[in-house]
Amino acid sequence: MAAVRIPPTLRAEVGGLRELEARGGTVGDVIENLLERYPQLAGQLYSEGELATFVNVYLGGEDIRTLDGLDTPVYDGETVILLPAMAGGV
Amino acid sequence: MSESPKTLAPSLLDLIGSTPLVELPRLSPKPSVRLYAKLEGQNPTGSIKDRIAKAMIEAAEASGQLEPGRHLLEPTSGNTGISLALVARLRGYPLTCVMPSNVTEERRRLLRLYGAEVVDSPAEEGSNGAVRLALELAESEPSFFMPFQYANEANPRAHYDGTGAEIAAALERVDVLVAGLGTGGTLMGAGERLRESFPDLVVAAAEPLPGDEVMGLRSLADGYVPPILDVAKLDRKLLVSGEESVAGLRLLLEREGLFAGVSSGAVIHAALRVATELDGGVVVCVLADGGWKYLSAEFWDADDVGAAMERSVWW
Repeated sequence: MAAVRIPPTLRAEVGGLRELEARGGTVGDVIENLLERYPQLAGQLYSEGELATFVNVYLGGEDIRTLDGLDTPVYDGETVILLPAMAGGV
Repeated sequence: MSESPKTLAPSLLDLIGSTPLVELPRLSPKPSVRLYAKLEGQNPTGSIKDRIAKAMIEAAEASGQLEPGRHLLEPTSGNTGISLALVARLRGYPLTCVMPSNVTEERRRLLRLYGAEVVDSPAEEGSNGAVRLALELAESEPSFFMPFQYANEANPRAHYDGTGAEIAAALERVDVLVAGLGTGGTLMGAGERLRESFPDLVVAAAEPLPGDEVMGLRSLADGYVPPILDVAKLDRKLLVSGEESVAGLRLLLEREGLFAGVSSGAVIHAALRVATELDGGVVVCVLADGGWKYLSAEFWDADDVGAAMERSVWW
């Protein structure tokens, strides 16, 4: 079981929760498990079947795009963080 | 007595870059890892953004896009605006900066002292809100010229020619480059230059975990990826919380006597994470600014550092 942190933008879709639990052996499976319960999130997270470019997903604080993407393995107790891509630049 | 290396410069703009690199032996997690910091706070206005402000304006003038009579406009959370204010002042352009309304007062005051106009964007939209508003203003007023650090190729080029080349010239070996991720300019430009000299280089980005209060986007589709950033060119992209950034700042102060800005604390946190995974090697951290522009911030004395960091845009 992994913890999934939900950004403020998506909380209304999941009953106001900041964090919930989801099951899966990879980041992709964990997200699929989440979408089974909250199918309305799919349109926000995916674009043409891929993770949308403006969505960042982190496992253990590291962007999955620099790991193995949605195939990155997830172990029990790990935390997946969903965030919108934010401009920075000081 | 040693000879002074200082030279006589014709203008402050000629003092941009060639910043010092200092070893941080008291912070290194093991003797086999050598940790270095590139002190970008020693640029004339106190941040790494002097490099790109000068490069973007010079490129725009050289290409004929920017001529006398135009008015500069830029979305910024502070440092780029301050650097552009210096260049604009010396080159004779008026400047308007669009900034989230919750940035520290030092940045706002310094911009006004330089004569720049500050337009507030909604705090809850973070930096994305400043980008959105600046793009709208640029469209509505043709006299505005927006260098737009997020999409301007002169930004990464300044780091290829400057930051990266300077590090490559100073060190015989670099295994990891760690810099803060904002526009992506430092990581793209310095990363590319250093990879030419050190093909096995790991380019690691330290990225801020934004507070809930500055993530008030309507939907994830309001997320923003800077056009100059190619995430495929990053080897690591590490999320750093506000608390971890402040812990990094305190380590820099306590162990090395180095007073740095918030993004530097995040860079140190990420660098130590990567360094502990290495058997040995050379890790270079780019520290974007000094701590001066953050002195009024609550987090230095707050009981709950995380909560104090949540409410503002730091970098």
